[in-house]
Amino acid sequence: MSLEELDNLYSEIILDHFRNPRNAGTVEPSDLRAEGYNPFCGDRVVLTAAIDGDSNIDPVCCTSEGCAITNASASIMTELVKGQTLEDAEAIALQFRAVMQGKELTDEEEDALGELIALKDVRRFPIRIKCALLPWATLQDAIAEHRSARSPAGE
Amino acid sequence: MLDVQRTRADFPILERKVHGVPLVYLDNAATTQKPRSVIRALTDYYEGYNANVHRAVHAIGQEATERYEEAREKIAAFIGAPSPESLVFTRGTTEAINLVSYTWAKANIGPGDEILTTPMEHHSNLVPWQRVAQEQGATLRFIPMTDDGTLDLSGLDRLITERTRLVALAHASNVLGTINPVAEIARVAHAAGALVLLDGAQSVPHMPVDVADIDCDFLAFSAHKMMGPTGIGALYVRPSILEAMEPFQRGGEMVREVSLEGATWNDLPYRFEAGTPNIADAIGWGAAVDYLRGLGMDNVRRHEVETTGYALQRFRELEEQAQVYGPPDPEQRGGVVSFRAPDVHAHDLGTFLDLKGIAIRAGHHCAMPLMRHLGVPATARASFYVYNTREEVDVLVDALHSAFRYFADIGATSASRRSAR
Repeated sequence: MSLEELDNLYSEIILDHFRNPRNAGTVEPSDLRAEGYNPFCGDRVVLTAAIDGDSNIDPVCCTSEGCAITNASASIMTELVKGQTLEDAEAIALQFRAVMQGKELTDEEEDALGELIALKDVRRFPIRIKCALLPWATLQDAIAEHRSARSPAGE
Repeated sequence: MLDVQRTRADFPILERKVHGVPLVYLDNAATTQKPRSVIRALTDYYEGYNANVHRAVHAIGQEATERYEEAREKIAAFIGAPSPESLVFTRGTTEAINLVSYTWAKANIGPGDEILTTPMEHHSNLVPWQRVAQEQGATLRFIPMTDDGTLDLSGLDRLITERTRLVALAHASNVLGTINPVAEIARVAHAAGALVLLDGAQSVPHMPVDVADIDCDFLAFSAHKMMGPTGIGALYVRPSILEAMEPFQRGGEMVREVSLEGATWNDLPYRFEAGTPNIADAIGWGAAVDYLRGLGMDNVRRHEVETTGYALQRFRELEEQAQVYGPPDPEQRGGVVSFRAPDVHAHDLGTFLDLKGIAIRAGHHCAMPLMRHLGVPATARASFYVYNTREEVDVLVDALHSAFRYFADIGATSASRRSAR
């Protein structure tokens, strides 16, 4: 086998986030809240966040019980979306999903994804793409729920 | 004795490499590999006598019908069924169990009746009974399990009541490997007037199974887990019960006479096989049964006991990193070894092993209630068949050693990094 392939998947950045997750815990009270579950492997992600006076996500927390990929993705996500508007956070989620589906990015676009780009190699392991996306799908759910709760129909 | 090397030569896929290393296929509880004779039976049919069965007057239609019915005879004999007519072809084990739940259960289970099953069932032998319970007002009850993953039969007399209509359980567990004492359970069930349905998906491929010896009423099993093609399975039903059952699906083939107003039903087992059947795969399955008979099911079983025993023995080296589930005695279990490593997620482990060419399963194995019972989100599972060698067990266990080292080193690296900060 290629240990190299394995080292690309489990890169320093990913392992660092896996072992030392950032923003673990919960935000109380929260404006955004969702739970993500992958029944295939039992991985579970709970995202909580507040929206500050400038309409930015801050603070944001994620608890993640999963494999190295899921947990690292969750940790990186909290750092990336902290201080972002809902729209910007969603844009990152969509961009990351596109990367997982094979989209090639320009250097600038890659830079915009920061450490998240360390998860790029996950797409060479198709079965693991779901792991990388679980926290992001949870974030998207949280934002969608937040919006529907604030929409006229929900009030 | 099984000549494993000679057996391996019959399976073309075992020659392939993945990620540049030889394939070590240890996911046999999910599906098994096919010998050349099965693959040839499929192409022989399509190239030589592809035709619909039972209605054609022409030569190749005759040939197809003969081969198809011959396959049914072989498979029925393989499980000791009293007649080929007691064997209904289905899409697989799941459809076979659903067939019983939509026909026999509909007519025989009513409000207040009970269905007894176990916490170790595959979803396919649980979810259909949940529907029956909900829609027909019946109650599901469960035989409890002991800590080593066997059924606790001490209270069976009380669990099986005069309201119990059906006892539905796995002959062998796809997660724990546990082989359940089904003949004993059938005896108690029958004494109380209940029928017995066995999920034989993990037993029929791996050991001698005889419906007359066990005295079960229904046996569901699949071809693809016993060297046959995917997309076909069968349901054995005790003839006196099958005779009284209403059809499942309706359409062509299952009728005798049709008018605009109604229809009468065809003979058994065709009454339960609406539409053009899966002819090619039935014939392929017949070839798989021939192959297994050639090996001898006692030899198949012996080889698995030995391989599993060796695996359990080697897993003891990993005692501190991996917890193995199921009965410790290989004589009490099938060739399935499920384990959990608290420090390494099953998915990370699966990917690591995959890169070493080792195919195992990581997940809930379609047995979520059992995962809950064990208190784990998922397990990793290695499962063996006739072509697996002791050397492959070594490759697996050695790879697990390296995996645990790899993921432990990772922990150490990041810990030292943290303290350096």
